[in-house]
Amino acid sequence: MALTPQDITRIAHLARLELTPEESGRMLTQLNDFFAIVEQMRAVDTHGVSPLAHPVAAVQDVALRLHADVVSEPNQREANQQSAPAVERGLFLVPRVIE
Amino acid sequence: MSHHTTALHDLSVAELAQALRTRQVSAVETAQHFLQRARAQQSLGAFLSLNEDATLAQARAADALLASGKAPALAGVPIAHKDVLVTRDFPTTAASRMLQGYQSPFDATVVARLAQAGCVTLGKLSCDEFAMGGSNESAHVPPVGGAAPQPVRNPWDPARIPGGSSGGSACAVAARLTPAATGTDTGGSIRQPAAFCGITGIKPTYGRASRYGLIAYASSLDQAGVMAHSAEDCALLLSHLCGPDPERDSTSLDVPAEDFSRALDASIEGLRIGVPAEFFGEGLADDVRAAVDAALRQYEQLGARLVPIALPRTQLAVPVYYILSPAEASSNLSRFDGVRYGYRAPAFTDLLDMYKKTRAQGFGDEVKRRIMIGTYVLSEGYYDAYYLQAQKIRRMIADDFQAAFQHCDLIAGPVAPTVAWEIGGKTDPVANYLADIYTLPASLAGLPGMSVPAGQGAGGMPVGLQLIANYFQEGRLLGAAHRLQQVTDFHLQRPAGI
Repeated sequence: MALTPQDITRIAHLARLELTPEESGRMLTQLNDFFAIVEQMRAVDTHGVSPLAHPVAAVQDVALRLHADVVSEPNQREANQQSAPAVERGLFLVPRVIE
Repeated sequence: MSHHTTALHDLSVAELAQALRTRQVSAVETAQHFLQRARAQQSLGAFLSLNEDATLAQARAADALLASGKAPALAGVPIAHKDVLVTRDFPTTAASRMLQGYQSPFDATVVARLAQAGCVTLGKLSCDEFAMGGSNESAHVPPVGGAAPQPVRNPWDPARIPGGSSGGSACAVAARLTPAATGTDTGGSIRQPAAFCGITGIKPTYGRASRYGLIAYASSLDQAGVMAHSAEDCALLLSHLCGPDPERDSTSLDVPAEDFSRALDASIEGLRIGVPAEFFGEGLADDVRAAVDAALRQYEQLGARLVPIALPRTQLAVPVYYILSPAEASSNLSRFDGVRYGYRAPAFTDLLDMYKKTRAQGFGDEVKRRIMIGTYVLSEGYYDAYYLQAQKIRRMIADDFQAAFQHCDLIAGPVAPTVAWEIGGKTDPVANYLADIYTLPASLAGLPGMSVPAGQGAGGMPVGLQLIANYFQEGRLLGAAHRLQQVTDFHLQRPAGI
């Protein structure tokens, strides 16, 4: 079940990546090469096996911690925005969204 | 003082800490010595940034503590950090155009912990872009002294790669530009470059080192660790690097910090070393096999016992890893949108076009490839067949290790199928993925793993022995590596001209 050029266009859109026609063509070949080695994985019988997210959960319970819903960080707006491409009066600037 | 100064880069971390503590050398002199070496060897491309003022300010602070008699254990010991760990005093780029010039408002927890131990930061080290790669050819920002991005060079042969993704770390340690460095390991990114550059590297159990401030690639796999010349030095640094960070890292484990140096001299008499047949099959180069076999024989002579074991899903680790890590990457890297930090395309028509052009221009080929794979396997209709299936096989791989550890205390094998290849010599992405086969299983299981120098293969290039231990057994791992280093000098050998 090989990917098609239309699949590449759709995935690139979902990933918010603009690809040149050359890049799309190369990506199609490379992704299909890759999914060829993935086939062996799909044939494995995993019936009754539960997925593993935190690897150490393979041997012991790992509970996800929850934070108390309180303000814990000081205001660091300027430090946090110093590497932003476009900022004005403490706000991030983006192209006009609503006409 | 001059005889100290000339030999500073030949001292171990332990020796350097001792010389600093006894005031035979100052932290400022030490920092200046290594900065001078880093500049003299900048054609290797190891450093992405230096900030002499910041380094010397840290060194002066260390000297003040040393003078007061209240200095922490590693006061004045220089270290350099992989550029995926954020730092307040240096830019952090993850070797990506996307983050060129990015200045973090805070230090990563592992950076802060080593600073608290007294370490002085020399600078930031190159890596594959966003730590995705095994050759350090995908660094997309220029190194110190360079006008254009370049691959990091292997000090043993500058025509070859240093390995990756922590290639700058491995190169800098091997070339004696720093006594030690941090690295991060998602699928082998500490162990493989350590092997290729003839140094010692360790990745701890997943969850033992904080991921706070580690720019996320694949969050369920990313783990920081250390790279140095010896197991002894790694133990010293890792003891300070590891420790719970429950407030900052949701997957940090509540396992107390530990003094790994205390375990170094434990006996390995009767230690059972598991040798997985799957790590010695077709595809393993003869020179690597010979060096690894010799190291295993050495362990037998030291009183350890070799036990054949099976890790039957070793082959499957490649597709499982290259489904899970791109899936997590595609999600993690969605934050790079040209709004809050980093690069923004100079021209675009609207918001969507800005996102697409920013990401197209900001990311390199390998990063785009992994984002595409990840986006596809998480998309509607494919999630169960790929991502969920991979997570289930991940559990089976972890279970295989637990079955193996019923019969052995450690697992040993090669780190990589070959020695370091030539720059530009392996351009097919799938061929690169397959070369990770021996490091991926322990990564998926979240187990601690090491690379220990085990001699040289073809072209005089270093070969690494991989050691894998069960969860939280870093001490045992380091002890076994230390024992080998007491009777071999592979870890002390150096590239010509260094």
